[in-house]
Amino acid sequence: MSAYDLPSKDGHFGPYGGIFVAETLISALEDLREQYEYFHNDPDFQAEFAYELKHYVGRPSPIYHAKRWSEHLGGAQILLKREDLNHTGAHKINNTVGQALLARRMGKKRVIAETGAGQHGVASATVAARYGMECVVYMGSEDVKRQATNVYRMKLLGATVVPVESGSRTLKDALNEAMRDWVTNVENTFYIIGTVAGPHPYPMMVRDFQAVIGNEAKAQMQEDFNRQPDALIACVGGGSNAIGLFYPYIDDIKVRLIGVEAAGKGIDTNQHAATLSMGKPGVLHGNRTYLIQDEHGQIIETHSISAGLDYPGVGPEHAWLKDCGRAEYVAITDDEALGAFHTLCRYEGIMPALESSHALAYAAKYAPTLPKDKLLLVNLSGRGDKDMATVAQMSGLAL
Amino acid sequence: MQISLESFKNLMNFFSEENNTKKVNRISTTFTALKNQNRKALIPFITAGDPNPEITVQLMHQLVQSGADIIELGVPFSDPMADGPTIQRSSERALKHHVNLNDVLDMVAEFRKMNTDTPVVLMGYANPVEAMGYESFATRAKDCGVDGILIVDYPPEESSKWVQCLDQQGINAIFLLSPTTPQERIEQVAKLAKGYIYYVSLKGVTGASHLDLQDVSTMLKRLRNYISLPIGVGFGIRDGATAKAVAGLADAVVVGSRIIEEIERSSDAELLDNAGNLLRTLRKAVDSN
Repeated sequence: MSAYDLPSKDGHFGPYGGIFVAETLISALEDLREQYEYFHNDPDFQAEFAYELKHYVGRPSPIYHAKRWSEHLGGAQILLKREDLNHTGAHKINNTVGQALLARRMGKKRVIAETGAGQHGVASATVAARYGMECVVYMGSEDVKRQATNVYRMKLLGATVVPVESGSRTLKDALNEAMRDWVTNVENTFYIIGTVAGPHPYPMMVRDFQAVIGNEAKAQMQEDFNRQPDALIACVGGGSNAIGLFYPYIDDIKVRLIGVEAAGKGIDTNQHAATLSMGKPGVLHGNRTYLIQDEHGQIIETHSISAGLDYPGVGPEHAWLKDCGRAEYVAITDDEALGAFHTLCRYEGIMPALESSHALAYAAKYAPTLPKDKLLLVNLSGRGDKDMATVAQMSGLAL
Repeated sequence: MQISLESFKNLMNFFSEENNTKKVNRISTTFTALKNQNRKALIPFITAGDPNPEITVQLMHQLVQSGADIIELGVPFSDPMADGPTIQRSSERALKHHVNLNDVLDMVAEFRKMNTDTPVVLMGYANPVEAMGYESFATRAKDCGVDGILIVDYPPEESSKWVQCLDQQGINAIFLLSPTTPQERIEQVAKLAKGYIYYVSLKGVTGASHLDLQDVSTMLKRLRNYISLPIGVGFGIRDGATAKAVAGLADAVVVGSRIIEEIERSSDAELLDNAGNLLRTLRKAVDSN
């Protein structure tokens, strides 16, 4: 079997990915692709990226053996890749640092971003402040209401937050609006996409920046455990934390790759965001991928307790990894995720993000079916402080 | 340009080998007739089902009676990424009535009962045709009397199979060119486009209001070196004066957001009259260039 080398030159992962945008964006994407290809192979760029990840983000993030929780579950050992310990509290910053450094080298003084819960918006506002760039963040007006703290955080960091009133007023509409801004201001503006979706080269570029997660994990596993894990488990909304962990392991076929989607109130209801489990292939936001859509190809609103997973599409590389069978995708409900959130708080003193709680919840189901010498590496992609109000509300409390 | 050469080559081979027998299409007939009269085409855009599905076919007839040469009919989509707020709202109004691609095709068929000459070009986004399937779409579109289709998010490099399916049914694949399109790409698009080329006259989304006529003039001169098809100019044409000026430069003037605004602020009772009046004003302007 030859080594995995996707995407193809024109940005395809099998039938997925590609460049499905209006003509007005083609030259900007072509420019981005050329510049990225150049800097991706530029030792100076890579050295600066590595320096920033170490000194600004705080990498490497440790792998932590959740012994007490593993013992409680009574099966495989659960290891946590602690992306929650990064600056700004999630894996998102790996990518925004990379894209901001690229923007700077391309001479763009203004960055824009879309955000759902506000995590990618905060990570973008953070790097814009760090590198002295203007930052505009598009956020659905529904999300602006629900995530007031993050909106204020972005403002404190100097960003302008623009509430988006079109469509369902959530993440997908914020993405549409950011694209509209980009097409209008393409000469001075760099669009920092927050996940492994969008037109080529975004899914590849974001993956490469996030691959630091999997590359570190490989070295750390070897050093701490003298072997690689039996399975990797990560939550999948757009899928950037999952790809970041999976990608360096794709050719290592002994390691199972398990992506966990949001089943919301149940995949048999119409209130979920389990795109790979329940969606159909189509074209949205610049790429061909699985989508949650009606029979006429209109995009349907999704639901998840976790805003970061509440997206009707998924990165095209995940679509391909599903179809070719290299990765498996499962779904976890709001209630199951909430359960895992509380369990990790109580057993390990770690408060996970609700997104990451989906991965944890699947690990909690899977571990007891395995012998104790098996190792499951779960990507703890973010910390849960941002979710305290949601969790309190679910428990009938107001903070 | 590495990313697209292969797909372009495939497309070009396809056209040169198999499609030398050109099917006559209402679009080329229309442009030929206009050229013989030394006139420019006026192409209004409306969204099918806006403000309600019942009025669309009547509105199409009204636009033709008021001077439209070709009708661009928007297929509503939940995520119209390339459109500004005006056309987004029109799409949302249509979607409130659950207008889907099938319904849009039915509207064209209904329109054809009374009008067999005016070309109808559908405009929309990829996912509704992805959901219907290329072949089913092309067959149905042909049966309903569709003449061309522009899918905003199908650039040429992702379109080879799509164009093949359309071509088998004699439907024109319309492509966009923009101020940022580099020269080699203009040449490539020129080789595979059919019907007319739609030149997007400004950066940004539909409905913006800053159109630089000098830029349009310079760019159109460049385009003419490579393109023999008629060139339509759209995005940013909001009044008679601009329409007149653009008609002096291009073969067709496309007006979208301005008409949608008129629809938006008209009651159902006055909508047909208001749209007709607006179009007559634009027609006069276009013809006076």
